[in-house]
Amino acid sequence: MSGGAGGGSITAEPAVAQAPLPDAGARRSSTTLTAIAFLLPAALFLGVWLLYPTIYTIVRSLFGRSGFGDFVGFDNYKQLWTNTLVRDSIVRTFVWLAIVPLIITIFGLLFAVLTERVRWSVAFKTILFMPMAISLFATGVIWHVMYLKDPNQGAVNAAIGGVRSVFASSGPVEDAQPSTATVTGSKSRGFTLKTPLQAGQSALIGLTGIPPDDLPATAKQAKVPHASNSEITGVVWRDFSPGGGKPGKVEPLELGIPGATVELKGSDGKTESATTGDDGSFTFDDVGSGRYTASVSASTFSSAFGGVSWLGSALITPAIMVAYIWVWAGFAMVVIGAGLAAMPRDVLEAARTDGATEWQVFRRVTVPLLAPVLSVVFITMLINVLKVFDIIVSIAPGSTQSDASVIAVQMWRQSFGGVNDFGFGSAIAVFLFILVIPMLMLNVRRFRREG
Amino acid sequence: MTKTRFALAVLAVPLAVLAAGCGGSSKSSSGSSDVNGNVSITGVWTGDEQKSFQAVLDVCKEKYPNVTVKYNSSGDNTPTVLSTAVQGGNPPDLAAVSQPGLMKDFQKKGALQPLDFAKSDITDNYPEDFVTLTTINGKIYGLIFKGANKSTVWYNTKSLNDAGVDPPKSWDDLIKDAGTIKASGTTPFSVGGADGWTLTDLFENIYLRQAGGDMYDKLSDHTIKWTDPSVKKALTTMGQYLQSGNIAGGTSGALQTDFPTSVSNVFADSPKASMVAEGDFVPGVVASSNPLKPVDGYNVFAFPSVDGSEESVVGGGDTVMMFKDTPASEAIIKCLATPEASEAWAKRGGFSSPNKNLDTGVYPDEITKTTASALATTKTFRFDMSDLQPAAFGGTVGQGEFKIFQDFLKNPSNVDSIAQALETSAAKAYASQ
Repeated sequence: MSGGAGGGSITAEPAVAQAPLPDAGARRSSTTLTAIAFLLPAALFLGVWLLYPTIYTIVRSLFGRSGFGDFVGFDNYKQLWTNTLVRDSIVRTFVWLAIVPLIITIFGLLFAVLTERVRWSVAFKTILFMPMAISLFATGVIWHVMYLKDPNQGAVNAAIGGVRSVFASSGPVEDAQPSTATVTGSKSRGFTLKTPLQAGQSALIGLTGIPPDDLPATAKQAKVPHASNSEITGVVWRDFSPGGGKPGKVEPLELGIPGATVELKGSDGKTESATTGDDGSFTFDDVGSGRYTASVSASTFSSAFGGVSWLGSALITPAIMVAYIWVWAGFAMVVIGAGLAAMPRDVLEAARTDGATEWQVFRRVTVPLLAPVLSVVFITMLINVLKVFDIIVSIAPGSTQSDASVIAVQMWRQSFGGVNDFGFGSAIAVFLFILVIPMLMLNVRRFRREG
Repeated sequence: MTKTRFALAVLAVPLAVLAAGCGGSSKSSSGSSDVNGNVSITGVWTGDEQKSFQAVLDVCKEKYPNVTVKYNSSGDNTPTVLSTAVQGGNPPDLAAVSQPGLMKDFQKKGALQPLDFAKSDITDNYPEDFVTLTTINGKIYGLIFKGANKSTVWYNTKSLNDAGVDPPKSWDDLIKDAGTIKASGTTPFSVGGADGWTLTDLFENIYLRQAGGDMYDKLSDHTIKWTDPSVKKALTTMGQYLQSGNIAGGTSGALQTDFPTSVSNVFADSPKASMVAEGDFVPGVVASSNPLKPVDGYNVFAFPSVDGSEESVVGGGDTVMMFKDTPASEAIIKCLATPEASEAWAKRGGFSSPNKNLDTGVYPDEITKTTASALATTKTFRFDMSDLQPAAFGGTVGQGEFKIFQDFLKNPSNVDSIAQALETSAAKAYASQ
């Protein structure tokens, strides 16, 4: 019932707007009886679907969780401020009100003015208006998928990752860790063998945490190469055999890492580099007598892009706003575009003849003449933003539902959506209704004036 | 499960007290043509489940040829349908519901009839814990005909083989194996953190094993606080599992992973994770897109024992209860308690029976046999705790237990403040109930 009232407050705008029309008709008509006959169906529907649920909801909001036996007065309204989740949702709704209607109106105006001047304007307008043809819930599902963190799934992160990969290094291996404490470092800094080497020694650089299918298909069983007196050799290998194996030892079934770049840094600061073979081995010939540090350079590893957490608690509200603006900007464009088409061209021409620049024409003539239309769009968007619901429920994952929540979402959650407290849910509905009233009055007054 | 919670909404509707009673002394005949009459059943089972339940009713028809049963499926709306019917004074003879709280509510309103006439049928066939769950003030009011096992861990067979580990039996082995699997290059766990209930299920499994059934009951009733040392200990244990490096996508990725994705992360040719600890309904969510074959591709093991705990199962179930005590509806209750009734559905698949006299050989495949038979053989069985708590705490997305456990996933070392947050939220929800 209380949900019906919530819906009632939402659809109240056109109903109230139409009400004066039959009323005016009644005055003109000769018999009151005919008037009543004509009014009855509408009055009946309004009564059943708007009036009764509204009154029911207001009354219900004064009672507690268990029903009409439990009168609590205004406790449910006090809860609006003491329940932190609901309070935060109310604050968030005001943030929405402050940002979104304005941006949508501005975008709508820009699109309307710009599309008027280009060729193929119908095509542009159709594309921009298209999102309106999709239900908000479906829009939410689409954006949810686009925002997913994994760049393999989320289109937004895939695009960012695509741009990023142009600049980032791409080595043969994606991820690795040292298998023992003899090796230090990370994949972004490279891995260094702690103990310095001398000619005639072999380096064992064991890495782990590498998925088996991440290695190139050419990888062979790892082998520690023999080092002659003038050489430093070594092996870079995936130090893991089923069950774990013995870390730090090259064992059967452990594969070399081919294509790894190994750097050998002498005590004199000179650096040589070599690339490992299929068995992970590398050799530096004719090294001197000093001490050398061997390391696997960071270029061996591709830097995978983990993705931006669009659906995480920090970005979820802006992310949803973007999706919402994407939907409604097209609507705003069409309405403003209609106003623009109806605008007297001679005024614009006169301004241009008088030497006004295009910007001045736009700023001083177009916008003021469009002001009534702009305010209709703006107020409509204020009302729409107040009741924003489905796009939030469908974009935000469960973990950030509370970070994205607004009044209408809480109205549902506290009643039907889990908590089962219809008294509190009704109080939230009434509060939302009260918020909508000033905007309704603005609109009604305008309709009167224009009528 | 979430679907049941949504339906629970209607319980806010005040229920008229209804003393339904058509009288009729109970006759204890086990299968005969003496009993006749009509029985109406309203239940949650739809689609395939409805067909399977029809097969069960066919078995009852053989036992009681003169009893005619009419089954009405009301699906997720069952609580609404029943509450309205009870309020209107015309409930069905029998009903099958998935919400454990619903039976208690109806009993409180005096709308339910005890099943004492079938006491021996029920106690002979069902494990003690299942009987206790439906006993109020010493009388049995329900029969948990269909069970669900939420103490299962599903794994990708190949990735465990690659890492060279066997399915672990104990928690310590599980954490140790996780390290080995990680070294092999695969992330050990997939966590569906976008859906809070996957996390509460994980907690409940740990808590039941670590603290035992008695403590579990106390925590369910909120007679002990969430700041109890036992809760903190279980949270600390859970923290070992939720380390960011152990879970697919790390912490922030897991928070955006919904339940179906958490399953397909594991049920894939090149999996993103090796294991996922969620209930016996897991294979169902990837049924159409699953590239892996049972056993060879994916398999299941029982949630491991924690600190040497005995075999325990956290689960759910659909309870059959009686509104009108007639000889015909008594006959159907008795029939449903028999192993033959359960067998009719079990062999069709999609069914886990708590009936301990059911031959586990009738389950259609090995995996179902493993997960289903655990219900009947387990030493301890408890209902999913979050289903037993006030919905504001245990069953609402974005607040209460779901939200706080998601915060815990964000920072698993934060045990004390999480326990405090749980207690604050629980205290408020229980107080306003």
